[in-house]
Amino acid sequence: MMGDFLGLSDNVWIIIFAAIITYFTRVSGHLILSRFETIHPRVEAGLNAVPAAVVTAIVVPAVLTGGWAEVITIIVAVAASFKMSMMKVFFLGWVLIIALRSIGL
Amino acid sequence: MSENSSQFMKGMKDGFPVVIAAAPFGMLFGTLAIENGLTISEAVFMSAIVFAGASQMVGIELFGQDIAPWLILLSIFAVNFRHVLYSATLGRYFDHMPKSHQALAFFFMTDPQFASSEQRGESGIKLTLAWYMGMALPLYFAWIVEAWIGAVFGSLITNTEALGITFLLSIYFLALLMSFRGRSLFVPVVATSALTSSIAYLTLGSPWHVSVGAVFGILVAACWPARYRKEPKS
Repeated sequence: MMGDFLGLSDNVWIIIFAAIITYFTRVSGHLILSRFETIHPRVEAGLNAVPAAVVTAIVVPAVLTGGWAEVITIIVAVAASFKMSMMKVFFLGWVLIIALRSIGL
Repeated sequence: MSENSSQFMKGMKDGFPVVIAAAPFGMLFGTLAIENGLTISEAVFMSAIVFAGASQMVGIELFGQDIAPWLILLSIFAVNFRHVLYSATLGRYFDHMPKSHQALAFFFMTDPQFASSEQRGESGIKLTLAWYMGMALPLYFAWIVEAWIGAVFGSLITNTEALGITFLLSIYFLALLMSFRGRSLFVPVVATSALTSSIAYLTLGSPWHVSVGAVFGILVAACWPARYRKEPKS
């Protein structure tokens, strides 16, 4: 838009660099860690916590901004996940959120 | 069926909920990209080579304003910083793969891809490239097509609220989260992350709450006194 470089617009260049940066973040953790022969137990404990810590943070807005339909669905899904497979919980949650919203919750 | 194709099929099956749940976001990206001054082909190109939802949204939001390119790139880096943690964590299950396969797999590492792979690796199943790509490729191609649909038909996309689709990703992640409940320090990590990411969400706003919650949750695990840590059997 502002100008061209090698026939590509600024936007395209930003997108290309965005892709390079994103790929860099996706490989760098492994590249750094694989330089070490042994992993300190505290680092190990931290890494083992990554999935739970990140996924919790991803779910938080749904809980904070949700109405009754969302909150009820979340509670039922958590309870169901003690007994059911992930796929079943997913479809149960889907049915429930549609049902609750359709009755106006 | 060969071992590879059955692994691939299993990956597709495991990724299926994500393909559905991510669809509205893929289309939303396409629509917002056009609104912020990208062309249709630029929007599709971005989905194809960046393939990281949250950072794409942040990126195009800044495209719309008159902001220096390096600042846009810095923001994208900040949003994607969690990938560094994913990469370090998941790389431990990649050791059996040739370097070229690892390099390929890391390109497709999204939030759900990481969490599902962790779940699989943790349960002692060898993390094969066939399973991994079985989950990743449908998601990847759907993501590209969705950007195009959103860009072309943006104004036609009606309210997805009633079908609950925008909420599905949260249900998916919630179910995934619960599958990690056997891990050591699960409760303190989740409690810390929930509290700190809530505060960050209400003050800094999205998507920063993810990094903040992640960092504090991980710190709690790393700082927890070793003798109270439930060590995995070895």
